[in-house]
Amino acid sequence: MSELKPMSDNTPSSPERRRFVGAATATAAGLTIAPGVMLYEVAHGRSEDQPASSAVRWGMLVDATKCATGCDDCVTACSTENGWTPVAESKHPKQAPQWIRKLELQDPLTQMETNLPMMCQHCAEPPCVDVCPTGASFKRADGIVLVNRHTCIGCRYCMMACPYKARSLVHEPLNDTQKPDVPRGIGCVESCTLCVQKVDRGDGNTACAEACTAAGHNALLFGDMNDPESEISRRLRELPTKQVRADLNLNLGVRYHGI
Amino acid sequence: MASITFREVEGSSLKYWLLFGALGLFVLFGAAAWNHMHHYGHVVTGMDNQIVWGLPHVFAVFLIVAASGALNVASIASVFNKPMYKPLAPLSAILSLALMLGGLLVLVLDLGRSDRLIVAMTHFNFKSMFTWNVFLYSGFFALVGIYLWTMLDRTVKSYSKAAGTAAFIWRLTLTTGTGSLFGFLIARELYGTSMLAPMFIIMSFAYGLAIYLMVLVAAYAWTGRTLGDAVMMRLKSLLAVFVAAVLYFVVVYHLTSLYFAKMQGVEAFILRDGGILTMLFWVGQIVIGCVVPLVILLSGLGKQRTWIMIACALIILGGMAQMYVTIIGAQAYPLDMFPGLIEKSPFFDGEVHSYSPSVPEFFLGLGGVAIALLVTMFAVKVLRLLPASLDDATVAKLEH
Repeated sequence: MSELKPMSDNTPSSPERRRFVGAATATAAGLTIAPGVMLYEVAHGRSEDQPASSAVRWGMLVDATKCATGCDDCVTACSTENGWTPVAESKHPKQAPQWIRKLELQDPLTQMETNLPMMCQHCAEPPCVDVCPTGASFKRADGIVLVNRHTCIGCRYCMMACPYKARSLVHEPLNDTQKPDVPRGIGCVESCTLCVQKVDRGDGNTACAEACTAAGHNALLFGDMNDPESEISRRLRELPTKQVRADLNLNLGVRYHGI
Repeated sequence: MASITFREVEGSSLKYWLLFGALGLFVLFGAAAWNHMHHYGHVVTGMDNQIVWGLPHVFAVFLIVAASGALNVASIASVFNKPMYKPLAPLSAILSLALMLGGLLVLVLDLGRSDRLIVAMTHFNFKSMFTWNVFLYSGFFALVGIYLWTMLDRTVKSYSKAAGTAAFIWRLTLTTGTGSLFGFLIARELYGTSMLAPMFIIMSFAYGLAIYLMVLVAAYAWTGRTLGDAVMMRLKSLLAVFVAAVLYFVVVYHLTSLYFAKMQGVEAFILRDGGILTMLFWVGQIVIGCVVPLVILLSGLGKQRTWIMIACALIILGGMAQMYVTIIGAQAYPLDMFPGLIEKSPFFDGEVHSYSPSVPEFFLGLGGVAIALLVTMFAVKVLRLLPASLDDATVAKLEH
């Protein structure tokens, strides 16, 4: 499975250094490889023998002002695409894994309510990757944070470390809802993969964002945050956005507007 | 300096074998509990995706912390050149190895994929405190093993101080590593502080010595050997100092947190509103684990052996309560992703998470305790670890 190849950059380095290396790599790639190849790569996915490229940084923009109260189409789409049982349908809800959930926020003073989906924030400096003893938790060159199912020992240290409660342990044997391109397993930890199987196929979108668009809300936008011409980059330039727990300085791949 | 005769425990009495069998039974229960959890998955435990580390971790971390503390007596003898402690050193070393073994077994058998232990030993991420701990634990076994060898084999006795010093430095590093397992976590309010490393070290001194004293007294009482008051009084005074230091660290830790507005929610939860956790903190950790033992050890009651044993037992119980509050308490309080806002979700965001340990978790933890005691019991039978007598006259001769 292509998504199982740990092509992470595990070396501790500053965001500045990462950006510099990223920019240098992009420039070098741009000079040596025909731009057409690059475009093809992003638009049509990549073959299994090609590594993920740090020229790309996959990310998501969540517009909380458009996120509809009571709608959980993104959650349903994610569970269908990735084959996990929704928490509400599980026999053991507290032990059921979740990859994405709807969060309702309320300001106790002003009573203002906000809705938003919460999932793995695909940090550039992910605490889960730092603490993982075996290196099973890793960040791909294109910014997607994943768990290698072959080397996860189920210690749950990443779950202790994640500030977003984004990770879940699979507590019981899985039923047959599993998808062939989304490996899961009892005793291992899992979380949102930004639909890495779709990204690598070249779909250019995630199941949650597709569902949100289909429902007419357009609250979720997936794309390459490194490409200044991409829709997500354009919107991020225009809209004021925030990172959740920005104080932790983790440089998140998911940005929120309207929180 | 007078010489001391070390002798194996005969270990042929019915009482010895009954105790041996009883401990063995608990080891078997522990194995059965692991098999159950491994077969059905963590769904059979009380742990979930909110409380991800549960009772097995309480037992495991307590045993690992106590293990490094149990080495104290040996360290005082060889590192700080106190001859009175020399005869007490071999038991100290074997007990620390046994407790470490028990703790580690519980820790690794609670893994979601305990069958993948080999992966943990072959794949390393050196930015992870867990990885560092893997090396610290392995090194501990090696160094304390060598140290024990220098104590038991006359031909290598001259290396005892060097080995003892190395083991002492290593055990301080090890407990720093154990405390930092939590100290290096940014997500939860009660973790992410360097206070945890020194606090765990001082806790290890107290818990380890309390266990050591109970094992020492039991071994001497059950084998009919003499254990003089000189040894007991010295060790109980030391224990009182350690317990007082634990109390000091706990007070400073919570006072500092209380001062910061962002921490007041979680502090109020632990100190006032946390239900069972609040009770475990005040009654278990503070009163049973610190205040009552201090009163016993520092008052006239501390001159009686029975009361010293009661104080030791209370310190151990208080230590378990402390680990429970430290590990479960920090997870029970919801993550504050949006400070100042009320959070709600179908995935239990914004709610205090409850936790009821299951029977398999409890027996897995007890299995670790049983294996530690079983190893110690067997070791004193086959190795010359215990002085034939520790009466006051013999001990007094050592001092001169």
